Amino acid sequence: MSAPPLTRGLLGTGDPSLAAHVAAHGPLPHGGHPTSFVGDLTGRGGAGFPTARKLHAVAEAARAAGTPAVVVGNGGEGEPAAAKDATLLARSPHLVLDGLQLAARAVGADTVVLAAAHSQLGGLDRALAERGDRGRVRLVGLPDRFLAGEETALVAAVDGGPSLPRGKVPPVWQRGVRGRPTLVQNVETLARLALLARGDDAAGHTLVTRHTAGRVDVAEVPLGARLADVLPLAPGTQAVLVGGYHGSWLPPAVAADLTLERSALASVGASLGAGVLAALPADRCGVRETASVLAYLAAQSAGQCGPCLNGLPRIAAALELLARPGPRRPGLLADLERWAGLVVGRGACTHPDGSVRLVASALRVFTPELAEHAAGRCTAAPGAPAFLPVPGGAR
Amino acid sequence: MSERLRVDRIACTGHGACADLLPEAVALDEWGYPLLAAGELPRELHRPARRAVAACPARALLLERTGVRQPLPGRLTGSTQGRSAQ
Ligand SMILES: Cc1cc2nc3c(=O)[nH]c(=O)nc-3n(C[C@H](O)[C@H](O)[C@H](O)COP(=O)(O)O)c2cc1C
Ligand code: SF4
Ligand code: SF4
Repeated sequence: MSAPPLTRGLLGTGDPSLAAHVAAHGPLPHGGHPTSFVGDLTGRGGAGFPTARKLHAVAEAARAAGTPAVVVGNGGEGEPAAAKDATLLARSPHLVLDGLQLAARAVGADTVVLAAAHSQLGGLDRALAERGDRGRVRLVGLPDRFLAGEETALVAAVDGGPSLPRGKVPPVWQRGVRGRPTLVQNVETLARLALLARGDDAAGHTLVTRHTAGRVDVAEVPLGARLADVLPLAPGTQAVLVGGYHGSWLPPAVAADLTLERSALASVGASLGAGVLAALPADRCGVRETASVLAYLAAQSAGQCGPCLNGLPRIAAALELLARPGPRRPGLLADLERWAGLVVGRGACTHPDGSVRLVASALRVFTPELAEHAAGRCTAAPGAPAFLPVPGGAR
Repeated sequence: MSERLRVDRIACTGHGACADLLPEAVALDEWGYPLLAAGELPRELHRPARRAVAACPARALLLERTGVRQPLPGRLTGSTQGRSAQ
């Protein structure tokens, strides 16, 4: 590959204008089919799916159906601990818009949509106006909900309905927006495609949102980097959350030497997910944090599927009991494990599966803390504020 | 021909008719929602499975040919075709 070894970066200088974009990256090359440079780029919306395969599947489905495809850029970022997509859209909207243009070319789309939080739409509309693309890209505002970015909920919102998952059959790449083959791609994936088109080795980097004591920021890091070199692990760090609220807690000793590559994370049951990395400080309680997150996740369930509707609130309630120091009801842990088993794989979307992944990792990693709680003690400093952000302040 | 059961989790209202009619392959969880036996449906259950599919008041129980993620065409499941499901 002739690509230079280092990416020029997704986050730019902070000037979102078209002039700054062209000065930094040059114009988008006209020729070249995206399938020739997409390479091994993987999706940055959570599932890490190879982008080349999606481009191919949607292009084929559109050909078979004899209708033009639809492309939707997914900038909803419902994950409360993540800020990378919002940062990208605010700082480098033209990379995302370039990526949308390329994706539309790749799949033969005549309809291009960019969906993002309502607060982002003003800046995106200005960027579209600068490029003379207002008529070519439709902006759709998404509600501030965890599930809004799930691809079937996203398609429902683009179609003007309520933002609710509708089940994975038929898949959106076959029947999505207005029943047409639809490519849903995370906005970071699209921005990386725009750099790849310019011969930049953008597939080897990723955006992360980092949480340490007293600090949250977004950074672009190489996938081959050691986690401890990306996320400062202060002395006393109790655990590292990798991936976000559908992610996994890892013991710091396990996390430190991992690289962010898919296979390395998979070897310890983790994945980069929404790009969240959080180092739980010494004076917080991992069980308390997980209980607060689960209360939020249970409340965010669309309430459409029986197991999710019944299971997540019970799981959240059990965690809340475990988070309180003091004697615990016999059988509580057994109930929790049974309920976790009953929701996995039994929803129309993977919200229950992701939520249970977080709980299971917490029960593994915070076993000593659970024993402390059973003995009436807790690691958290009294009155310490929540470490992980939970909208509505569920506590 | 191999067939497999699937539940449209959004449509399913937990009536439990499926578990009554096809206890060999469907049990109910503690909230009344179906748990399906893993894997392909044994041949001798194809006929009772069709009856259970037809009896589901929410049209949430689906019988699929394995390898093809589409409801079987035909009278029993035709009404669910094109409907979003999981
Ligand atoms: C509960 C849930 C929430 C999701 N939220 C988002 C989101 O906010 N943004 C996003 O890009 N993808 C989100 N996804 C993933 C999308 O469904 C989809 O896989 C992704 O946008 C595809 O783009 P990619 O291949 O570029 O990653 C979510 C998935 C689930 C199951
Ligand atoms: S699994 Fe839960 S969150 Fe997903 S669609 Fe069903 S009820 Fe909604
Ligand atoms: S009969 Fe239908 S609605 Fe009732 S539990 Fe079975 S699948 Fe669900």
